[in-house]
This record gives sequence, C-alpha cells and structure tokens, in this order.
Amino acid sequence: MTLLLETRNVSKSYGVFRALENVSMTVREDELVSVVGPNGAGKTTLVNLLTGLVRPTSGDVLFMGNNIAGVGPVALADQGLARAFQLIQIFPKLTVAETIAAAVVSRQKKRWHLLARLSNDSQVTRRVREVAEIFGLSHRLDTISASLSQGEKKLLDVASAFALDPQVILFDEPTSGVSTADKHGIMKTLIAAAKFAGVKGIVLVEHDMDLVAAYSSRIIALTAGRVLADLPPDQFFADPHLIETVVGKRRGH
Amino acid sequence: MTFNSAAITALIGTVALALLPSVAPPYYAGLMIPFFGYAIALLGFNLLFGYTGLLSFGHAMFLGLGAYGAAVMSGVFGVKSFELVLAAVILGSALVALPIAFLCARYVGIFFGMLTLAFGMLFYSFLFKFYHVTGGDSGMRVPRMNILGLAFERYNKIEFLAGPFYYYCLALLIIAGLLMWRIVHSPFGLHLKTIRDNSRKAEYLGVHVHRFRLAAFVISAAFGAVGGAILGFRVGLADPELVYWTQSGQLVFMAVLGGFSNFFGPIIGVLTYILLQDQLQSLTEYWRSMLGVILALVVIGFPEGIAGLAIVLRRRFARRPA
Repeated sequence: MTLLLETRNVSKSYGVFRALENVSMTVREDELVSVVGPNGAGKTTLVNLLTGLVRPTSGDVLFMGNNIAGVGPVALADQGLARAFQLIQIFPKLTVAETIAAAVVSRQKKRWHLLARLSNDSQVTRRVREVAEIFGLSHRLDTISASLSQGEKKLLDVASAFALDPQVILFDEPTSGVSTADKHGIMKTLIAAAKFAGVKGIVLVEHDMDLVAAYSSRIIALTAGRVLADLPPDQFFADPHLIETVVGKRRGH
Repeated sequence: MTFNSAAITALIGTVALALLPSVAPPYYAGLMIPFFGYAIALLGFNLLFGYTGLLSFGHAMFLGLGAYGAAVMSGVFGVKSFELVLAAVILGSALVALPIAFLCARYVGIFFGMLTLAFGMLFYSFLFKFYHVTGGDSGMRVPRMNILGLAFERYNKIEFLAGPFYYYCLALLIIAGLLMWRIVHSPFGLHLKTIRDNSRKAEYLGVHVHRFRLAAFVISAAFGAVGGAILGFRVGLADPELVYWTQSGQLVFMAVLGGFSNFFGPIIGVLTYILLQDQLQSLTEYWRSMLGVILALVVIGFPEGIAGLAIVLRRRFARRPA
C-alpha cells in the first residue's frame, strides 16, 4: 500500500511545553486512521502539523513523499490534502454554488483569471453540480450559506473540501454538534463520498469511541504528546487498560 | 444582483448621465466631473472594502497620486495627451501601492485601517513639507490636456468641462464599471469574496489570501489614481487637501451611504454625496454637521445604504398584490 502521509520523529514545543514528542505515524492508501486521546494529548498540534499550518521543532512531515513541514494550507490544498474543521466553517454571504466553486477554481488553477466570466465556465459549473449532487445539495445551489440549516452547513463545509479532489482528507470531529442518532449517518455519507470522490486516505480525529470502533482501519492513541498505541481496532479494543487511559471514564456513558 | 437587473440599472444610469448636459444647466454638468472622478475611485475602493473586506482609511493617497501624477506629467514634462497621463498614473500608483499593500495586507480590521491611515498621512506630509518639489500647501498646477488627441481650443475651460470632457469622463466611468464588473464576477473575484467572508476557511480551499489582498489593493489603487487625475484636471490643481485623511473618510462615507454590499452602491453614494453637499452648502454653513447627521441616520436606519434600501422597497412593491 502506498504511503500517503507520514510523520517521522516529530516533536513540537511551545516554549518549555512539549506538545508532541517523537511522534511517528503513517497513513497508507485505503486506510482510515483515527487519532484519539484525552484533551491536551496533542491531537490538535498533530493535525496542525499534518496540514502544514505549524512547523515541527524537529522531525519531518511528508505528504506523498514531499516535505510539507510548515508549507501552509494553500500549498497543501494544491498538492491534494484537504481539511474539514470541527467547527463549521462557511462563507456566510456566498451561495452554496459559489462556496463549492471557490475550491473548484483552486483545483482547476483558474484563480488568477481576472476577467473571465465564472458563470460561463462550464468546466467549473459542471464540477460544482457534481459535488453538490454527492452531498445532496443540488436543490440548494443558489441559497446563501448563512440561511442553510446546521446540518446543511456541515455538509457544505465538507463538500467544499471534497471539491479540491484531495488524495487525503482530514476530519476534525466531523460529527460534533450532531445528534447521536445522526452521527453514523453523517459518517457513512462522508466515507461514501470520500470513496466516490477518489480520496485515498482519511485521517479522523475523534472523541467518540463508537465511531472510532466502527470505521477505523487503524487507531493511533496519543497521551501527553506521545504515541501510546498504533493498532488495528480489534487489538486496540481488546486492551481495557489502553481504553481506560485514552477515554478515561467516559467510555460507556 | 442578477445580470439582468444590473444591466438595466447600468443602462438607465448611462442614458440619464448622457442626457444630463442637454437638459440641465451647465453648472450641473460641471458638478458631475467630480462625480465621475470619485465614482471611478469608489469602484476600486469597494473592490477592497465591499469584496475583499479590507477597510482602507488612507485611500485618498491614490487620488493624490493621480492628481499629482497628472500635474507632474503635464506641468513638468509637458505631456499633452490625457490618455498617456492616465496610463502613467495607473502604472505609478500600482508601483507605489505594491510595497504598501505588501506591508498592510498581513493585517485586517482596525490594524489594516490604521496602517493605511498612517501611509496616507505620510504621503500627505511629504506633499506638504517638500515644498520645492510639490509646491507645499499651494499644490501643483495641472495644465489643460488633450483628450483623444484633440485640444478643443474653441471651448473655454467651463465649456470644455461641461461638454467634451463630460462625455469623455462618462466613457471612462463606463469602461471602469465594465472592467470592475468582470473582475468581481471572475474566479479571482470569487476568491476575494471568500477572503472577506472567512479567510481561514479560504486558505484551506487553496485561496492565496495574502497575494489576493495585495492584488485587490493594487487594482483599487489604480482606479483611485484615474479618479484623482480627473479631479486634478477639473480643478487645474493638485492640492494636498486631496490627500488629507478627511478625504479618505469621505470615500468611506460615500461607500457606506450608497451601500457597499451592492455593485452600484458606491456610485449611488458618490452621486448622493455630491448633490447633497452642493445643496447643503448653499443652504447652511453647517453643512458638514448635516452630512454627519445623515451618515448617522444611514448607519442606524438602513445599514445596507441607499442601494440596500432600494432593493428592500422594490421587493415590497413586488410582493404587493396587483
């Protein structure tokens, strides 16, 4: 299986505080890798490193063999790594079609077309319709994003990330703020959409152990900035001590 | 705004402006020259403010660059062609805007506003203090130039301004309007709007936030300089007052008055401001206070400006059963 995303002995310090220490991890083709751990374990720092937002104090971050340490989100989007945030991120005044089109424009490298009519660009329009279709937003194309329902906003947020045709997509608690009844529905939609869109690998940062157990191909547990375990789900959940450390008392609630 | 309703608005405006010199007294045609100058500048200003979300408090600097550029080109170098002067001030203002934008575009909100204000005041003090170059408080003369290679010698200055130069500026406004319409509806324009709405998310969708803010700044500077050259031509003088921070405030006022969320809003704002100022000045010496009251009422009463109010009214009429 091809190696998509990799960190090699990555450490990140903020002053005297060591957020991550010697973290090595991989994401291979066709994998859904979950990153779990209690609050303060370094999950957010790891995500920020993986998306090129911050530079590691030491170690390398590689995406498809290229060093992406600190290159920034724009360069990563161009190379094929997308991120969907925990909190819904939309463009309040733009329509659904415009939001998706923004990503399509980046993907098709048309961003410096200063005088081209976007509405006449059939390549962009076609792709926008395709993406909207996957996420069930076709009937909402001309709706202003701010007036969408909470669930639709979440879908739009993810849909715009998919419109980049990413190789790898990183989900930061994609079901936060969604009811327990809906969370599996949302996860299934996301994974199906990812497969359909040709996404090769998924990184999932998640607190919810039900979701982690149901969808991961591998689980990386962080505590205090170190990798505690890197195991397939069956082995991970066979170790009660491990679960206790990672989830504390919340398991079973 | 759909293409059709925009086209109708633009067409009505153009026809009205084209007919104005033949139906209104020459005084009003003369009054419209600053309208054209400010309207072109405001088109650029609003690319930055309304579309990219950056409020500049130093934009009068580019009006000044246009006016002083025209003064230097025609007065010092003896260039007679106004088109050549326009090309020069567009290039010059873009070159000046580039390093300023490079520094300012990393900041947003109040920090961007204060930085642009600081650069504006820096330019103002330069004009004011370097007397031997810029003429200090008395400014620099802007001699009359040719338009389209024609001198129009039979016309005196007032006739020239109310006649050929009026239509020339109308044509410039139409060109600038069409150009800006294309820019805001292009892929580039869409990326600017994503920056305005949510720059963090925009980055993750592959939007070059810093570079695009920079580009928007440079384009808006060039539009400002064209407007400034027209203003300088009309008065025959490049005056340091044109660069003073109150002028920058006036640009913001015009955009808010007309409605910066609408493509035509700033142009409507300029027209209203100029007519209002003209009327108020003849009525009372306290016209500035009156303008202040009006701005306060606009911001409180209809924050979307006159254009926003017009859209609301039109919707109400449309809903009313026949």
